[in-house]
Amino acid sequence: MLRDITLGQYYPADSVIHKLDPRVKLFATLIYIVSLFCFKGVAALAVATVFLFGVIKTSKVPFKFMVKGLKAIMILMIITALFNLFLTPGEPIFSFWVLKITKEGVSSAALMAIRLTYLILGTSIMTLTTTPNQLTDGLEKAMAPLAKIGIPVHAIAMMMSIALRFIPILVEETDKIMKAQMARGADFESGNLVKKVKSMIPLLVPLFVSAFRRADDLAMAMEARCYNGGSGRTKMKPLKYEKRDRGAYVLVSGYLVLILLCRTFLPWPM
Amino acid sequence: MGIIKAKQLVHEYIRRDEDGNVESTSTALDHVDLDVQPGEFIAILGHNGSGKSTLAKHINALLAPTEGSLWVDGMDVSEEENVLPVRQTAGMVFQNPDNQIIASVVEEDVGFGPENIGIPTDEIWQRVEESLKAVGMLKYRHHSPNKLSGGQKQRVAIAGVMAMQPKCIVLDEPTAMLDPNGRKEVLRAARELNEKKGVTIILITHYMEEVVDADKVIVMDQGKVVMQGTPREIFSQVGKLKEYRLDVPQVTILADLLRQSGLNIPIGVLHREELVEAILKAAQIE
Amino acid sequence: MSIVLEKINFIYSEETAYQIQALKDVNLTIEDGQFIGIIGHTGSGKSTLIQHFNGLMKATSGTIYFNGQNIYEEGYHLRDLRSKVGLVFQYPEHQLFETTILEDVAFGPKNQGLSKEEALQRATEALKSVGMPEELYNQSPFDLSGGQKRRVAIAGVLAMQPEVLILDEPTAGLDPAGRDEILDLVARMHRERGITVILVSHSMEDVAKYVQRIIVMNQGSVMYDGTPKDVFHHYKELETVGLAAPQVTYLMHELKERGLLVDTDATTVAEARASLMEALTGVHSARKDFHVC
Repeated sequence: MLRDITLGQYYPADSVIHKLDPRVKLFATLIYIVSLFCFKGVAALAVATVFLFGVIKTSKVPFKFMVKGLKAIMILMIITALFNLFLTPGEPIFSFWVLKITKEGVSSAALMAIRLTYLILGTSIMTLTTTPNQLTDGLEKAMAPLAKIGIPVHAIAMMMSIALRFIPILVEETDKIMKAQMARGADFESGNLVKKVKSMIPLLVPLFVSAFRRADDLAMAMEARCYNGGSGRTKMKPLKYEKRDRGAYVLVSGYLVLILLCRTFLPWPM
Repeated sequence: MGIIKAKQLVHEYIRRDEDGNVESTSTALDHVDLDVQPGEFIAILGHNGSGKSTLAKHINALLAPTEGSLWVDGMDVSEEENVLPVRQTAGMVFQNPDNQIIASVVEEDVGFGPENIGIPTDEIWQRVEESLKAVGMLKYRHHSPNKLSGGQKQRVAIAGVMAMQPKCIVLDEPTAMLDPNGRKEVLRAARELNEKKGVTIILITHYMEEVVDADKVIVMDQGKVVMQGTPREIFSQVGKLKEYRLDVPQVTILADLLRQSGLNIPIGVLHREELVEAILKAAQIE
Repeated sequence: MSIVLEKINFIYSEETAYQIQALKDVNLTIEDGQFIGIIGHTGSGKSTLIQHFNGLMKATSGTIYFNGQNIYEEGYHLRDLRSKVGLVFQYPEHQLFETTILEDVAFGPKNQGLSKEEALQRATEALKSVGMPEELYNQSPFDLSGGQKRRVAIAGVLAMQPEVLILDEPTAGLDPAGRDEILDLVARMHRERGITVILVSHSMEDVAKYVQRIIVMNQGSVMYDGTPKDVFHHYKELETVGLAAPQVTYLMHELKERGLLVDTDATTVAEARASLMEALTGVHSARKDFHVC
């Protein structure tokens, strides 16, 4: 269940997308998200589709693997689509009892579903092709100016990268704790809300105790390896723009321009 | 002077109540003397709570002595400015493989130490490659640590320490959470570093089978060094080892029992082959 | 009265690229009152197997009968099954959560629907039987040593008064003295209460000393199932799957190969010593007889 979430998991492969500078990928993801919420018309949709699938293909991450990440948000998607389907006012094409489906409802539900799917696929490409460390390196570098106004950019980046590393471990641990308590007759499913919240205590206490313990151990292990904050550190994989990164910037900017052009000149039929 | 030298080392854990008053103190190290020569393979044995892990943390300057002194490669660990050089000279591998791997990719984790001490990028790559090769994990360099077995994770941890090019590595119960295969892997890696690269190894464990090939064995109990000598010298005192709640290998116990029953078996048998020969010899003579 | 497994298969992540068959056609009968060791290296399927015994995991195919009843039948109360087949997991840290040891141990009985007094009564009994000193009952379980935590975890399951007690690597991370204490405790529990005990381990030497029957798991299948002596006969095959027979087994086989008449079935130090003394003094007297002739 929790394990199916592909968001935040790295998929090792040898592709151009993997090699891109994380700053480029952050920028591209941001642009892509913006484009999803401002596009209009079938032509723009086609451009966004071609762009997305082109990038997926180039990334060499199996499409099946990416789709797995969608399962986790399926319910959210269905609810959003249903809301759009039934609650959008307009020209009715089908009605039953108090429920009414309108033409506008159908199109906005479809559009919402597509946007959400593309959004998840787009962002998971970034996390699947970028190691958490690269990602935080990218963020650290991109946010570097903030350090001047006293924000501990390095510490924040380090915390994020460690959090990402420990998510799978803690997910697995949650599973083990749940089983250990179920073996003692714990019931995590039935009962009303109050009972359900109460039933989480036997799960959360061991989880927190273990997380604190791990944090303690990890801090010691980092100190033992001479970690002393961000000053004086060198980088194994320093961020340096290559030719392909500049190319990618141009491509992504071109993509945004194309979407905006479609929006202005070919807004048909949405 | 040896690479690690302790003189009357004392460490007390102090428990304080909410107002900061001393509630209780417990002595984890009780006037320990130690002298380790460069290139040695030392094993420290003792049951849980005997003080062996506390000693290990002093060697890495993670704890400071309450009394007495400890020098690592001539540097006094209680001097503030020596802390980082000491940690670079004496690396440390911990018990829980999951709680000491920082990065999400094997090679990035190995590079973490060198990054911290400011090694130039090109050299980091070179060191990472060499260290992973030395522990036989080079082909896993792009893997996620979460997908590795316990033994493999520990070998990555060892590589992470090796990449800082320490003169000495302290392994604090590196095999306690591993299965027999994992244990063998980790020990082989430690032994190879000792033999091929001349790194001083201090192996802390409670498995006696793991120490039979060490140069020197130190037994700790209640914060004190209670026995010290070659494995053969140590293993010849089966009764005493049991007193310190240690686990004596089956062949050593059997050899001891047979000798007590009047057979002519030498004292301090370590390996199975030795006992086979000794028994056959005893059978022939009689 | 027993647990019977018929053709149990379990597949992780079915129909994906990561599909792993963790159990393959496992047929087993666990008789009442037995003391059984389940051995296998990491990934052999032993942990998956024991989670089937109490219904925490559901087989992809196959049937499990507990006391003659199919546990996969509709309407079967899996929670009742879990209190009858008690499972203690490897790390006590995964289950300790209450503010006091006594309360923690009472968690299981409370879930069984017992009143607070009854649950505390059961907890007290269970703590007594694992040898926890009474003055610790009101302490936090988090302050205990590794061995003591393990005792409290075992008590937490015992308090539900199970008919079968399964322990997953109960000695992992303990020192030799702690390990012997826990194993002796489990053996005493088996002797005195007459409950079925299943011990999961990767240490042959530990298991050989205590159990009546060993089940060796390899790649999701039962590789051997028999008395320790039967199983250790295959010491060479065990080696190929990453398991080792006790040191003395190797010793005895080597001695036999070198022409000394010893009992290769010996699996413990005491048995080896008896056999060796007999063989050696036997050799001794045989030679004498020869000289006399």
